[in-house]
Amino acid sequence: MGMTMSEKILAHHAGKNFVEPGQLVICPLDMVLANDVTGPPSIKEFEKIGKPVFDTEKIALIPDHFQPAKDIKSADLAKIMRDFAHKNKIKHYYEAGRVGIEHVILPEFGIVAPGMLTIGADSHTCTYGALNGFSTGVGTTDLAVGMATGKSWFKVPEAINVHLTGKKAKYISGKDVILTLIGKIGVDGALYKALEFSGEGVFELSMTDRLTISNMAIEAGAKAGIFPFDEITKNYVEGRVKKSYEPVAADTDAKYSQIVEINLSELKPVVALPHLPENVKNVEEVGEIKINQVVIGSCTNGRLEDLEIAAEILKNKKIHENVRAIIIPGSQAIYKEAVHRGLIDIFIDAGCVVSCPTCGPCLGGYMGILSAGERCVSTTNRNFRGRMGHVDSEVYLASPYVAAASAILGKISTPAEI
Amino acid sequence: MQIEGKVWRYGDNIDTDVIIPARYLNTFDPAELAKHCMVDIDENFAKNVKAGDIIVGGKNFGCGSSREHAPVAIKASGVPVVIAASFARIFYRNGINIGLPLLEIGNDVEKISANDILKIDTATGTIENLTTGDKFKSQPLPGFVQEIAKAGGLINYIKNSDFK
Ligand code: SF4
Repeated sequence: MGMTMSEKILAHHAGKNFVEPGQLVICPLDMVLANDVTGPPSIKEFEKIGKPVFDTEKIALIPDHFQPAKDIKSADLAKIMRDFAHKNKIKHYYEAGRVGIEHVILPEFGIVAPGMLTIGADSHTCTYGALNGFSTGVGTTDLAVGMATGKSWFKVPEAINVHLTGKKAKYISGKDVILTLIGKIGVDGALYKALEFSGEGVFELSMTDRLTISNMAIEAGAKAGIFPFDEITKNYVEGRVKKSYEPVAADTDAKYSQIVEINLSELKPVVALPHLPENVKNVEEVGEIKINQVVIGSCTNGRLEDLEIAAEILKNKKIHENVRAIIIPGSQAIYKEAVHRGLIDIFIDAGCVVSCPTCGPCLGGYMGILSAGERCVSTTNRNFRGRMGHVDSEVYLASPYVAAASAILGKISTPAEI
Repeated sequence: MQIEGKVWRYGDNIDTDVIIPARYLNTFDPAELAKHCMVDIDENFAKNVKAGDIIVGGKNFGCGSSREHAPVAIKASGVPVVIAASFARIFYRNGINIGLPLLEIGNDVEKISANDILKIDTATGTIENLTTGDKFKSQPLPGFVQEIAKAGGLINYIKNSDFK
């Protein structure tokens, strides 16, 4: 019987020819990731085990959530992780000014690759499925054990085949694809399962689109969200990934628990209304929803292509007088390239705040916290109650196209309305 | 473990952002986290929860962020077990890893209301609602995951076994 991409990666790592859903396997890990929120408690657990780190080159510690430090406690957290990284000679530790958001950095620096098995103490670790790897979020204890033993246990997931066809229309991006999917199957539609993408529609999606889609697999409850390997993947990893890697493809007779069809040509610009990513509506249908803030950034949509989309819409336009628009490049390299291409000029001329790379307001950390009753259109991935500030504030999730258009018109809008 | 306690009842999709909001994540001290547990959905919880009380949720309990601060905050509040229709997978793993028993009982959660008194045996997964007289059983933990739970969490387990 054939295997899915998830089954193949887990089988290969477990040293088995075949695995099936429900089976428990213990696998060696290719990469183990934590950030400044999850790293410090992991380090505390790690120290209880009393072993050295399993491999100084296979651990990535990325200070991004509250860094550059937003307050004294956050500075203390950063220090715990910094001291640990130096003491243990962790290769992939980077200071502010040389880093960015973890899930932007790991692909950009070539730390994750096709066929790799990665765990991260961050739920959006599933992002690297875009690169044809199996990567999944875990908690701090799993992470501590991963750092000490280089291994973790997995329950082999069933997979949902998301079959993509057609071509996207103008103003449609990866964000509309994943929000539409979550709207269809719900926030627990893929609970304990992997999403695996297939079909000729895959080739219509850029690496940025794919990273956005895999990033939000967890918003459907999924353990992973994996794309097949193709020319686009190859071009992206070439020059970045220095080690050899082994792409995987699903067998033609692989078994899926469900097939979901999405025709890209039928997609409309969508928005997820508060307070769940599954509350998805076409922007055209939401009526007049006035907003106070727009955030364009995060590990979901803080890449160069996302900033280019925002700049395309904001060029020679002004942000609405009642709106604060906050632009956050996902990494230093993206920031620099955005300066170089004149995107930052466009943002500043339009009246935007431009921040250094950080998670910042995405998780209600800092740099754009909402007051009671305020509404924000955000390119981030979660609109849970209180996620970006006060419990009575509201977050609307959308693509950079919709976010930029909404910033100009002061209400939730599509670029076609400008 | 035998537990008898009063129920705090919540709905579907209780996410880790409401269990412990990010504004409190600049610490990982369990007692400090417990002070803010559930605040964005129930201000009374942290103030009035008693050791031995039980949290019962609907489907997809613990969805969202992987923050282990969430089950840690619940455990540090004195709650010895969480029951739900279903759990989000990272939360589920985290619960097992820190030695917080999680019992998944599907639609049977509808037979449990706020302030009911439950009697639970976490080893067998049997739950008795002493208020209504209903009895149900949870899904058993798979394979060696039971061993992790028995060891009181993954760190203890790994100290003795190293995934052998
Ligand atoms: S940008 Fe937001 S979702 Fe992404 S890692 Fe940071 S806090 Fe998490």
